[in-house]
This record gives sequence, structure tokens and C-alpha cells, in this order.
Amino acid sequence: MAEFTLPKNSVLTEGKTFKAPAGAKNIRRFEVYRWDPDSGENPRIDNYELDMDHCGPMVLDAILKIKNEVDSTLTFRRSCREGVCGSCAMTVNGKNTLACTKAIDSYPDTIKIFPLPHMSVIKDLVPDMTHFFAQYASIKPWIETQTPAPADAERLQSKEDREKLDGLYECVLCACCSTSCPSYWWNSERYLGPAVLLQAYRWLADSRDENTGERLDELEDPFKLYRCHTIMNCTDTCPKGLNPAKAIAETKKLLVQRKLG
Amino acid sequence: MATNTNRPTSPHLQVYRLPLTGIISITHRMTGVMLSAGLVFFVYIVSSVAGGATSYASMQDLMSVWLIRLLYWGFIYALFFHLCHGVRHLIWDSGKSFDNDTLDHYAKIELGCSLGLTLFTFIFV
Repeated sequence: MAEFTLPKNSVLTEGKTFKAPAGAKNIRRFEVYRWDPDSGENPRIDNYELDMDHCGPMVLDAILKIKNEVDSTLTFRRSCREGVCGSCAMTVNGKNTLACTKAIDSYPDTIKIFPLPHMSVIKDLVPDMTHFFAQYASIKPWIETQTPAPADAERLQSKEDREKLDGLYECVLCACCSTSCPSYWWNSERYLGPAVLLQAYRWLADSRDENTGERLDELEDPFKLYRCHTIMNCTDTCPKGLNPAKAIAETKKLLVQRKLG
Repeated sequence: MATNTNRPTSPHLQVYRLPLTGIISITHRMTGVMLSAGLVFFVYIVSSVAGGATSYASMQDLMSVWLIRLLYWGFIYALFFHLCHGVRHLIWDSGKSFDNDTLDHYAKIELGCSLGLTLFTFIFV
């Protein structure tokens, strides 16, 4: 059910301010969402003033600088620092992105950082992804076949068929799109969300997969698929430049085409 | 170690900046609800026309109140807005016009069309 306000335990409070070191000339302010599971307190916004003359160019660099030099209690996920692992997904100035591929200078002023929206927060910028990955597993993200594999070769694919996977296989499951979707905010228990639906279409579009019928049966559901109302937040926010909304539309088309024979 | 079961929900509507398509999408839904409510008023107008001269005259009196006229034109605009975004949904359903670069462009065309159609109705009808 749609809930427009935050529950009592999630309402934000004002946190601490960490001033930039004296003599810093190029200062930028970072407002970061903090929640400590051990404190029993509500989430708060801590303010960090950083010296940009001694900081890397990306938002992730700034967060790492905070952790290394200012406040080691700040907690977040990161790994590859080049946009292929999908760990550092977060809301920066009102839009979901990967902190590692987003330049600080692409924002004019203060940078506000929150965990991915409408998620259960484990600590600070770390949301609980359990449900998201369970949904991913539910679409059977692996090849399913009826025919036996060729004895002396791999299952081959023409160049044209391989190209149908472009724009789909690049998804790193960072969940930026799913957690930007108001429909997913209100119905995440039953709606699969853009990321998982894009992945589902990735297997529908794969010429080597032989389980298209069953996959479509699974998706033909008022909630799993049809809670997509083409709001387009997903495509707008995808840090990899992919188009989950289009993948969902193609899935809906496949279902209609199947019905019309 | 025991896990804290009192985990907060991260902010959503409070911090997320909806893109233009997102704003139009929620407006589409709101105008849909408003249009449904407005239909009751439409039934009142039609039935007063069917009811003869006295009921027609009293309906005309009510319709000339400026606040009612404003609501009436709001209804017309909502109708055209809902129509234009409905057409956009039809195009989307055919799998077209999903390019991220063109989303705002088409959204503006949509808004322009709904305003234009309202203006057209205002002048010529």
C-alpha cells in the first residue's frame, strides 16, 4: 500500500557537522544519511565539509575521504570503483547512481547522499538487498534448455542473435532502477521491479534459451510484471545507460503476441 | 551478534527528485481520479438538460459562478492532459519512444498539446 510519509523510527534528525581543516580553500559540503543500529536513535544527517583540493574526482572518492580521514564510522558498500560491480549504488542529490562513476563536479553545490530509497537500512548507506536478490533468483537467471547440448561444441549463437542481448547483459544489478520506481516502493513484495524484469527479458531475448513459454507464464501476473506503469524513473536513473522500461515493454509485447498467436 | 530488528526505511518521496516523465505519470493518475469525480457533475448537467427549462436555467445559473467555471475549465484541461498522456502510453505499448534522450522532449510536446487543445476549445467551442 502506498505510504507517503516515513514511519516514526525513520524520520530524519539533524546530526553532527565536521568542519574542513583550517586553511582549506576549495570546500564542498556533503550531507550524508547516517543510522547506527546500536544507538537506538533515529537516522540523522551528518554534514562533512571537505577540502576538494585534496580529494579525488568522484563521489565515491569523497565518501572514502570521509571514512579515511574524517569519520571512520561511516559505513557503505564499494568494491570495483569503476561501475562494474554495482556495490556503491546510492541516492545522490535526489537521483540514484553509482558513486564511483559520478563526478563530484557534475553537481553545482552541496551534495546530499542517501541510501537507495524505500529500503530497509542495515547501517548508514547500506540497505538490505536480500529481497531484491531473492526476486532475481525467482526469474531463474540461467539458461534453460529442452534439447541436449551438442556433443562436441558449445551452444552457438549467430551474431545477430547475440546483438539482441546488447543493452541487457550489461546490467550489474545495482538496484538503482528498482529503488527509483514508485511502483516498486509501494509494491515491492509482489512487483518484481525494473532491474529483475530487465534480467527476465535478457533470458527471453536469448536465442539459446528454450524455456520462453514457461518464463512468460511466470511473468504473466498483475503484480509481478503489470505494476509497471511506465513512469520511466528506471530508464532516467540507470547509471549504465540501459533501458529497463523498454525491456518491460518488450516483455508485455511478447505476452500480447503470444495471446494473438 | 543480535541484529537490530528496528531498521528504518530509507527516505523515498522525501528525497527523490522525480524526472518530468515521473511527474507527468502521477499527474496522469490524479487527473484520472479527478475526471471520474467530474463525471458525476457531467451527469448533473446532462440530466438538467433533459429535465426541461427550469432545471436547465438553474444549471446555467450555477455554471456561471466563476469558481464553477474555473473548475469546469480545469476539468477540460485534465481531460486533454489525460488524453495526451494516454496516447503516449499507446505509443509506449508498441515498444517505441523509450530513448532516454527523448523522454523530456516528448513530455514537453505532450504538455504543449494538452494546453493547445484546451486553448482551442476555449476559443472555438
